Amino acid sequence: MIKSAQIPSTAAVLYRETIPGGGHRSLVVKAGWQLRLTACDRNANLALVAFNAALTSERLNLPDTLKAQHTAFLTKGHCLHSDMGRVLLAITEDRCGWHDCFGGVLNAVETEEKYGSGRFQDLRNAFFRNGYDNLLVELGKWDLDARDIPMVVNLFSKVAVGSGGVLRFVPDHAQPGQDVVLHALMDTLVVMTAVPHPMDPSPSYTPGSVSFAIEDASDPAALDACRRSCGENERAFRNTEIFCL
Amino acid sequence: MTMSASQRDPVNAVFRHVIGAGEPGIFDVKKGQTLRLLDLEGNQAVDTLFYNARNIRERYDAQRTIRRQNALFLTTGTVLYSSLGHPMATITADTCGRHDTLGGACAQESNTTRYAADRFHMHACRTNFLCSCLNDGRLTKRDLTANVNFFMNVPVEPDGSLVFADGVSAPLKYVEMRAEIDLIVVISNCPQLNNPCNAWNPTPTEVIVWDDTAA
Repeated sequence: MIKSAQIPSTAAVLYRETIPGGGHRSLVVKAGWQLRLTACDRNANLALVAFNAALTSERLNLPDTLKAQHTAFLTKGHCLHSDMGRVLLAITEDRCGWHDCFGGVLNAVETEEKYGSGRFQDLRNAFFRNGYDNLLVELGKWDLDARDIPMVVNLFSKVAVGSGGVLRFVPDHAQPGQDVVLHALMDTLVVMTAVPHPMDPSPSYTPGSVSFAIEDASDPAALDACRRSCGENERAFRNTEIFCL
Repeated sequence: MTMSASQRDPVNAVFRHVIGAGEPGIFDVKKGQTLRLLDLEGNQAVDTLFYNARNIRERYDAQRTIRRQNALFLTTGTVLYSSLGHPMATITADTCGRHDTLGGACAQESNTTRYAADRFHMHACRTNFLCSCLNDGRLTKRDLTANVNFFMNVPVEPDGSLVFADGVSAPLKYVEMRAEIDLIVVISNCPQLNNPCNAWNPTPTEVIVWDDTAA
């Protein structure tokens, strides 16, 4: 495990924090700021959803995101599109290379089926938290609820697709210290939970931790590369600019 | 691809309704009833959402559905899982062979992103979804989650690229599913004219419901 203070960065860091394995966190990344997320452990996975902070009915829409960019995974140069044809977050840096869009999150029943009983009364704060409830709780803090859980991105995990559409979890994909940077195009509510990827075959509940840094900085060249990566992103950037006039 | 036919006779159906090209449909299907979607003229994407009629916060969950079967495409044997982890419907017959659940539904806004700003006023699936849901009164924009695209073909290449391929459906192909709970089914019979998902020619779809599995 690395300490978040060791994150290499030249950007102006406003704040850093580590989400422990099993933990959940949410925050608004203001337009023009960026969120740097760093895997601290080999098995780290971060389920993430995002919303227009000013009007949360506008939210990450992975089908729109994937079909606009003709991709089934996310990496540098890609953007996270909202359901309103705009860009919430642009991936301006990525030292991991593949972030999963298939796996979703486990709920309480699925977590117990996979890992066995892991109750607070036995394990205290090492209890087996699950992705669905974690997202629900974090959304509840913003007066959102179960209707507001869209398809999630699982950062730092890879699920490959074989013939016939068969899915295969790729173990040991992310390495400690690998990071990904999400640049906010509008004020964006980001909701995260550091839980094991649902398809991670490990039978023991040992979620990795993920650190984050909010940076008041941007990389204009990398942002421009996201915009120019395809005509769809150029138009989505333009839609976002019109929205923010 | 797996093909499996059904012996059910539409004469015995309790509900038959043709959704016109590009039009919406919203209806309830009771637990134990069987729903057939019939691609009358071929290569028609049928964008479909499912909700628990007794608790609309429980809805179709695309990621859980593909994860639990460990495969992207929906066909005979696929269980459509809910956001709470419960079976909502089971596909019991399929003469098309594969159905998509990654591609989502077209929208006025995403058409401006995918094609051009001047496509904003073309009719779109999420316009149908919103109109149906808000007229019905039980569902709102927040409820519009990732849908199933029956009869649509969206293969993923080994390098992770997503392809909108020509349809694999044909006239009178169908898919049948048994409702495992009381369902609200919301359909947009896709009006998309900007890509080949409807073979550039949106056409009608028939909805047929039978009361019991032995019909």
